[in-house]
Amino acid sequence: MSDVLDSYPQWLDGAWVTVRLTLLGGALALVLALLFGMAGTSRHAWVRVLNRVYVEFFRGNATLVLLFWFFYALPLIGLRFTTMFAAVLALGLNVGAYGAEVVRGSINAVPKAQYEATIALNFTPFQRMRRVLLPQAFALMLPPFGNLLIELMKGTAIVSLVGLVDLTRVSKNIQGSTGETVAAFSMVLVLYFVIAQVLQLFVRYAERRVDRMLGRRLPAEPSLGTIAAGAPGAGVAG
Amino acid sequence: MTWDWQYSGDIFPDLLSGLRYTVIATLAGYVIAIVLGLVWTLLRRTPSRVFNQTIRWITEFIRSTPLIPQLYFVFFVLPAWGITIGSLTAGIITLGVHYSTYTAEVYRAGIADVPKGQWEACTALNLPKSRVWLDVILPQAIRRVIPTLGNYLIAMFKDSPMLLAINVAELLFSAYKVGSQSLQFLEPITMVGLLFVVVSVISSILVRRLERRYATT
Repeated sequence: MSDVLDSYPQWLDGAWVTVRLTLLGGALALVLALLFGMAGTSRHAWVRVLNRVYVEFFRGNATLVLLFWFFYALPLIGLRFTTMFAAVLALGLNVGAYGAEVVRGSINAVPKAQYEATIALNFTPFQRMRRVLLPQAFALMLPPFGNLLIELMKGTAIVSLVGLVDLTRVSKNIQGSTGETVAAFSMVLVLYFVIAQVLQLFVRYAERRVDRMLGRRLPAEPSLGTIAAGAPGAGVAG
Repeated sequence: MTWDWQYSGDIFPDLLSGLRYTVIATLAGYVIAIVLGLVWTLLRRTPSRVFNQTIRWITEFIRSTPLIPQLYFVFFVLPAWGITIGSLTAGIITLGVHYSTYTAEVYRAGIADVPKGQWEACTALNLPKSRVWLDVILPQAIRRVIPTLGNYLIAMFKDSPMLLAINVAELLFSAYKVGSQSLQFLEPITMVGLLFVVVSVISSILVRRLERRYATT
């Protein structure tokens, strides 16, 4: 056990890689989710097709397959990425596709009368999104986004399979060098758990802020709908 | 470099044999997940608060840690305690237990979704506890969660490539292996990717059909 604890600089480096991947991947996913989610609510059919193609392709694929594709396959046709960039791209594109479904479902869930009011007031489509629809949809998006962020954090473990030294890889290295199998692999699970709990705290805080903004109260138990929305295999109905 | 159709045809049988392990791992893991998930949910409803909280934190721990370190844990730590298992078995167990913590949440929401009047009717009729659960609550709860559980089958299928971390010869692993023999990764990995998209799109259409069929409102 003490050997495992003594190598704390390695653990810290690994944790930093994991956290950085989570933040960068999350930022990319958020941008893609908003972009393609709004595209999914467009009046024009060809914009909606864009949304469907993106969502079905990147949500339907396993993140690990995407990562291998960026890492092993695309360099053969001349597209080269650094490992870190390939990892952020794979994670961001994959989680962004789930996010796009969340955004689309949330915007569609804003009461129809709100939309009609913006037409009556002669808002431009941009004002309609920015001033009326997005602020209300945002509160609906937050809980599933929180789930997705934690899924993304867990997803970063796959980068250990293409040579980035994240927490998972560190645990494997330390297990190899010290031979303390039980301690090394227990340690890594605990560290991931701690990171997830910290993320959860931030998400809860954001949820409370947004709910107060809208003057609503948090539901005590998550409903089937919100669980399905955050599910890795699921989209938002609607 | 361009796409080599001849090579794609040659490696297809290798990919199919990998697909067999992927399907076995996903289905066997799914059986564990749906059974164990229900067990977690019911254990959380016992009268002892300490026990409930313990179960809650155990499932929370399993749910918020990634699959790959869990695979390492099961595959490398259990032998240290004298239990030797093959890599496929270890993969199935880990995948199943990992997803059981998700299905537990689904069952919980499904049970919470059963109207309160049903519980009150059970009390009024003085039904024994076993009949309340087996004949009244669970049939209604499970009907509600079938589409969501279907989504988790797709999710497990998409997480199964991670089993290559402990050398299970599944789909992506076999694609990687044939790729590294010929140093042509483009075809095998693209084929695996397309296969995943096709299976996911078809299965999400099926899940949508389940949703319509089991809709309660």
